[in-house]
Amino acid sequence: MNSPNGSPITDHRSPPLSPLGYPTNLLAGEQTFESVNETIGSIVLQDRQPPPWWIGFAIAFVLLMILLFAVSWLLVRGVGIWGINIPVAWGFAIVNFVWWIGIAHAGTFISAILLLMFQHWRTAINRFSEAMTLFAIACAGMFPLLHLGRPWVFFWLFPYPDTMKLWPQFRSPLVWDVFAVGTYFTVSLLFWYLGLVPDLATVRDRARKNWQKKFYGVLALGWRNSAAHWQRHQIAYLLLAGLATPLVLSVHSVVSLDFAVAQLPGWHSTIFPPYFVAGAIYSGFAMVLTIVIPVRKIYRLENLITMRHFNNMANVMLVTGLIVAYGYFIEAFMSWYSGDIFDQYMMTNRAFGPYGWIFWALMFFNVLVPQALWSAHIRRNLVALFLVALSINLGMWVERFVIVITSLHRDFVPSSWGMFFPTIWDWATLFGSIGLFLTLLFLFIRFLPMISISESREMVAEPQKAITA
Amino acid sequence: MKMENLFGLAAEFESHVDLLRAAEKAHAQGYRKMDAYAPFPVDGLAEALGKHNRVPLMVLLGGIIGGAGAYYMQWYANLVSYPINIGGRPMHSWPAFIPITFELTVLCAALTAFFGSLATSGLPKPYHPMFNLRQFERASQDRFFLCIEARDAAFDSSRTHEFLQTLAPLQIAEVPK
Repeated sequence: MNSPNGSPITDHRSPPLSPLGYPTNLLAGEQTFESVNETIGSIVLQDRQPPPWWIGFAIAFVLLMILLFAVSWLLVRGVGIWGINIPVAWGFAIVNFVWWIGIAHAGTFISAILLLMFQHWRTAINRFSEAMTLFAIACAGMFPLLHLGRPWVFFWLFPYPDTMKLWPQFRSPLVWDVFAVGTYFTVSLLFWYLGLVPDLATVRDRARKNWQKKFYGVLALGWRNSAAHWQRHQIAYLLLAGLATPLVLSVHSVVSLDFAVAQLPGWHSTIFPPYFVAGAIYSGFAMVLTIVIPVRKIYRLENLITMRHFNNMANVMLVTGLIVAYGYFIEAFMSWYSGDIFDQYMMTNRAFGPYGWIFWALMFFNVLVPQALWSAHIRRNLVALFLVALSINLGMWVERFVIVITSLHRDFVPSSWGMFFPTIWDWATLFGSIGLFLTLLFLFIRFLPMISISESREMVAEPQKAITA
Repeated sequence: MKMENLFGLAAEFESHVDLLRAAEKAHAQGYRKMDAYAPFPVDGLAEALGKHNRVPLMVLLGGIIGGAGAYYMQWYANLVSYPINIGGRPMHSWPAFIPITFELTVLCAALTAFFGSLATSGLPKPYHPMFNLRQFERASQDRFFLCIEARDAAFDSSRTHEFLQTLAPLQIAEVPK
């Protein structure tokens, strides 16, 4: 049997190791259409979820309830329940916002940028990371809204015909943020759902229970796998990827401009946009690994998510981590080189002031620990990789804390210096947002196919694609 | 089955290579009202069936409308609707208008890509005659179908059946309306 371009498509195995000695197989073992359909589809259609799912979901749900409690109290009492003050008016809300939006970026990077670069290894993890993107943006978007003080008038941020005939300040990065994050969420949702439609049709056709047939039937929109459907689906998917690529770079650039456009030492820096984007991808890949490593184990997805995926993700983390480390270095260098006393004081205070220990924790978690990824041995050891990813997750949160808090707490005039101490409500909202994220993720794993079934079938039919990547 | 109750004749294949070959032959035979069904996108299949795709043009137009609209909105707000002179700074400060212009270009293009691709595919569509075919649920799993529809000018139930037979399918089935 020959493929349309004449090359044989059967008995075509990708070599197990690349010339550099890395594993190259995208699908391990002997996979068929049916084995792929069954492995992924059965997770959604089976009645019983494995015990770790229930344990994880229970923990996530408790955290979600804490979030609802903390937000309810916030709505009753106002933002005064948080540790924010003058001068530190941007507390955890903004730290968490930037952290979550950064995590979101890896999903788009994996699904859009790697698609455009013909990196077929993305197939096993793209759906998952797109879902992660969506839920992380939901968590991120919540924080600026809560920080507004009166979240119920959030629509004042949009240009709409109001009775005062006022417009938003279109020259402000904070208003750009509204458009950037709003667009990012919408585009991520469309991209994710468009990719899901053929898989929802597969699940619909495999479902045996009536409610499942109806539920997935409605979500599949009547998808028939027709050549015309696929043609339009594929071009729309590709165009969405093309649109999402500059979008993802713009979103974190705009977020960084929230800081960089301000005149505050520690924020007013031209390195911010690229350094924020690299940090975003860095933290996002860490979050993908943190979640995929246990999920792969629990659902026995070893044949679909192979060591090659982990190796590639670790490499991306290593590179983006080095860019981030370069960003830290340049920040320190420029504050010295500027000759500006405020900038020089900011840097000294950041490293040796009252929050100095947090700065050194950042250096440890985000710069030192990830250097372990130079070792191929560590990259192939899932426990070690998981620990490094956790360290990066923590490190990236600490980074945003350092940027936001240490820059704000020393104003230009010593009389307006202050300290920020988070309250229990700050922590409740942070951990609560993790609960929201994980709850959505567990529900996603339970009810939607977490790996693209149609793209996996394509891999089975045309295994030569596995080698080109 | 009576002609007026017949949606078309569907041939079932085992691989995408067979399906692609069958589609090319059917198109060469002069059939036009037909569609092929495969569990994953097959390169060149839609083109072999003579299907056109207008989604890219729609997306381009959507993006242009979004970008022009966004820039116009900011220009109108700052120069016409509510101009404020702050220390003599330029009213038409175009670099500050670019981020929102970019974001809304992407937003409108993406909305057009999503809804445009669904609309040109005729989705959402809860009922379609193909779903009457019992084995059709395998089109989303591991089987490949070519359906020549009865509304095609060249369709004739016996001659079309004979033609499909020459493509060596696994089986041929009548699809009721």
